[in-house]
Amino acid sequence: MPSFVINEKCDGCKGQDKTACMYICPNDLMMLDKERMKAYNQEPNYCWECYCCVKICPQQAMDVRGYADFMPLGAASTPLRGTEDIMWTITFRDGRIKRFKYPIRTTPEGSIKALEGFPEAKVADLTTQLMLGEPDIMGVKELPTIKK
Amino acid sequence: MREFTTEVVETDVLILGGGMAGCGAAVEAAYWAKATGMKVTLVDKAAIDRSGPVAMGLSAINTYMGMDGKVTQNPRAPERYAEYVTNDQMGLTRQDLVYDIGRHVDGSVRMFEKWGLPIWKDEAGNYQKSGEWQVMISGESYKIIVAEAAKNAMGTLGDKGQIIERVYITHLLKDEKEPNRVCGAVGFSVREDKFYVFKAKVVICIMGGAVHVFRPRSQGEGFGRSWMPPFLAGTTYALILHAGGELTQMDVTFVPPRFKDSYGPVGTFFLLFKTPATNAYDEPYVDAYKSETDKWAPYSKAKPVPTPMRNYDMILCAKEGKTPFLIHTQRVVDRFQKEITDAKELKKKIKEYEAEAWEDFLDMTIAGATNWAAHNIDPLEKPMELQLSDSVFIGSHAGSTGAWVCGAEDLMPAEYKDAFPAQYNCMTGVMGLFTAGCGVGACAHKFSSGSHAQGRIVAKSAVRFANDQKDYKPTVSDDTINKLKEIVLRPIALYDEKSTYTTMPDVNPNYISPHSFLFRVQKIMGEYAGGWETLYGTSDKMLEAGLWKLAFCGEDIEKIAAKNLHELLRAWEAIHRYWVAEACVRTRLARKESRWPGYYHKYDYLKLDEGQKHFVNVKYDVDKKEWKVIERPMIPII
Repeated sequence: MPSFVINEKCDGCKGQDKTACMYICPNDLMMLDKERMKAYNQEPNYCWECYCCVKICPQQAMDVRGYADFMPLGAASTPLRGTEDIMWTITFRDGRIKRFKYPIRTTPEGSIKALEGFPEAKVADLTTQLMLGEPDIMGVKELPTIKK
Repeated sequence: MREFTTEVVETDVLILGGGMAGCGAAVEAAYWAKATGMKVTLVDKAAIDRSGPVAMGLSAINTYMGMDGKVTQNPRAPERYAEYVTNDQMGLTRQDLVYDIGRHVDGSVRMFEKWGLPIWKDEAGNYQKSGEWQVMISGESYKIIVAEAAKNAMGTLGDKGQIIERVYITHLLKDEKEPNRVCGAVGFSVREDKFYVFKAKVVICIMGGAVHVFRPRSQGEGFGRSWMPPFLAGTTYALILHAGGELTQMDVTFVPPRFKDSYGPVGTFFLLFKTPATNAYDEPYVDAYKSETDKWAPYSKAKPVPTPMRNYDMILCAKEGKTPFLIHTQRVVDRFQKEITDAKELKKKIKEYEAEAWEDFLDMTIAGATNWAAHNIDPLEKPMELQLSDSVFIGSHAGSTGAWVCGAEDLMPAEYKDAFPAQYNCMTGVMGLFTAGCGVGACAHKFSSGSHAQGRIVAKSAVRFANDQKDYKPTVSDDTINKLKEIVLRPIALYDEKSTYTTMPDVNPNYISPHSFLFRVQKIMGEYAGGWETLYGTSDKMLEAGLWKLAFCGEDIEKIAAKNLHELLRAWEAIHRYWVAEACVRTRLARKESRWPGYYHKYDYLKLDEGQKHFVNVKYDVDKKEWKVIERPMIPII
């Protein structure tokens, strides 16, 4: 099983070419059944339980049931991922519940300008050992080397 | 068979893989390509937002120097890092490569922070180091952030920056005018019937390490719960090997000691929380077998005790029947109760520990958290089991598998120069073929940050190479492309041709499924080559028997059938894993000692032999179908 799709909640991402879970799964596990407009995990025994599909699903139609090889039934780790933090609800087999909230990001999504603020690269500098932003970015005056 | 279209992509710099090294490479390549007017193409078999081992997230950055001193403890220089890695790997390390990562890695981490990765800090704004090299983070979105930066940098190149997702690379292309040169790659889309041909001046092959070569401990639906993700298929190693590159230390797989079954991480528990671990009789197991482990001096006597020696303590303890091992998370609470007298402060400290302990799992191994809950174990109250997991091919953690590559001009010992046709940092012995991250061998402990930094190192070096070779044009004939297309799509053709012979296509005398093929490789590796099945022990006799059986797998590659694109992906991943298995067994056969006894040991050579303190490398000649073993000397630079 590992990741599974709840029949009632999945809308197949409304007939788009691919679903959010298909887009994100690092192991190419999620498939869309176009007739039923429902996604499913086509190869549960290759699931890493990374929760990428659970976190991205716009309908919250996905969850994970722990690997049957070693996990007794009844427990769950349920995420709710926002733009700045993630909330986790942990349900124990015996019904105990714990909740945690952790930061995930300090900048708005889509705001990264990776090369901004650095001087433009010069072809002549290709032969030096210095890379983007160095040495300043590391807070040192010069790049260390070994005296041979 | 149904028709697959062929798409030809021409580029200058081809980056294969979009994990941490790939995303580092994209940023640095974009920066230098702009100055040189080059086109950069990155190909990933998944979506780079969540591809590679950091897909799930990470709770710590494990390689950070803090050269500027702005850390809570342990500011370190690259020299010390190279010394540490050398001892952890039992004296055999390419110190020039390790040092190079050490001097650049802080730059990558500073970028991560600027991009939005939450790094734990003290009140003065210093990074919180939990050990010598580790910085704590809230890293659920680590990969998403790093991928966004890669996409943004590639975007600055306009139509000269291209990211192609969901394409699996099966072969590198060799130049037909220059035999020792690569000029591109081929692969297929896992989403549509399309065969891809990439032609480039330079190829950076960075698709990670390999799991599932050795048999995993869980084999039902828990098959996928390998410690490193099941999507690491050894593609990097297989492709470099087939292009004529030299692989080093393919015997030095890493065996991670982890929370049993779920493989929840232990680093933060040991380093930050100082959690005790014992055998089943409440005795410490590390350093408990000195009369045996002292034979691995001087390495075994150094602090910290090298990872393979700590593992060997566990193996010796398991042989005495003193398992299960336990990690006593509850004793951290006992310690707080002894140390902290103020009731309010104690409550706060326990609350903090609880949140941090759960975050450690939820940020990177969610199954570990669910496994606590499934067994009704609150880590504040009860211990959990520890166990040695499956053997992993990894060049970026405490393992050393990968390619033999050229080091930086100012660092590499002169003795290594002859192995390379030209001196470019991170280039293999094949012109135009570069690698980084798990692709670089004998260069352990890079982790996520060091892989990103080495991705940047390789990208700058590759752009320089392409710029020096401005007028170069790849030579590959249509005939070669057509033959490769037939080979790549063969599993689908075979299935289409033969599957109706039986009433149930899964069992058919004319072919084997990708899974069945993989299971056979895994069974051989586990039982003969030093897997967990034999408590990581093997011998020349066992390895020879394993090699004989692996040869049949090699022949059966042509009999692998795939019923759809997804199975075609699994078919090629399995084929790449088979080549990793061969390289591993041949290297283990060539080494007549047990230098890393907790990773694998040989019953017939159960000792450390300093007379064999050299690297054991392998090469494969595709035309002659011949393997070659090469010894390279260990030249320290520190």
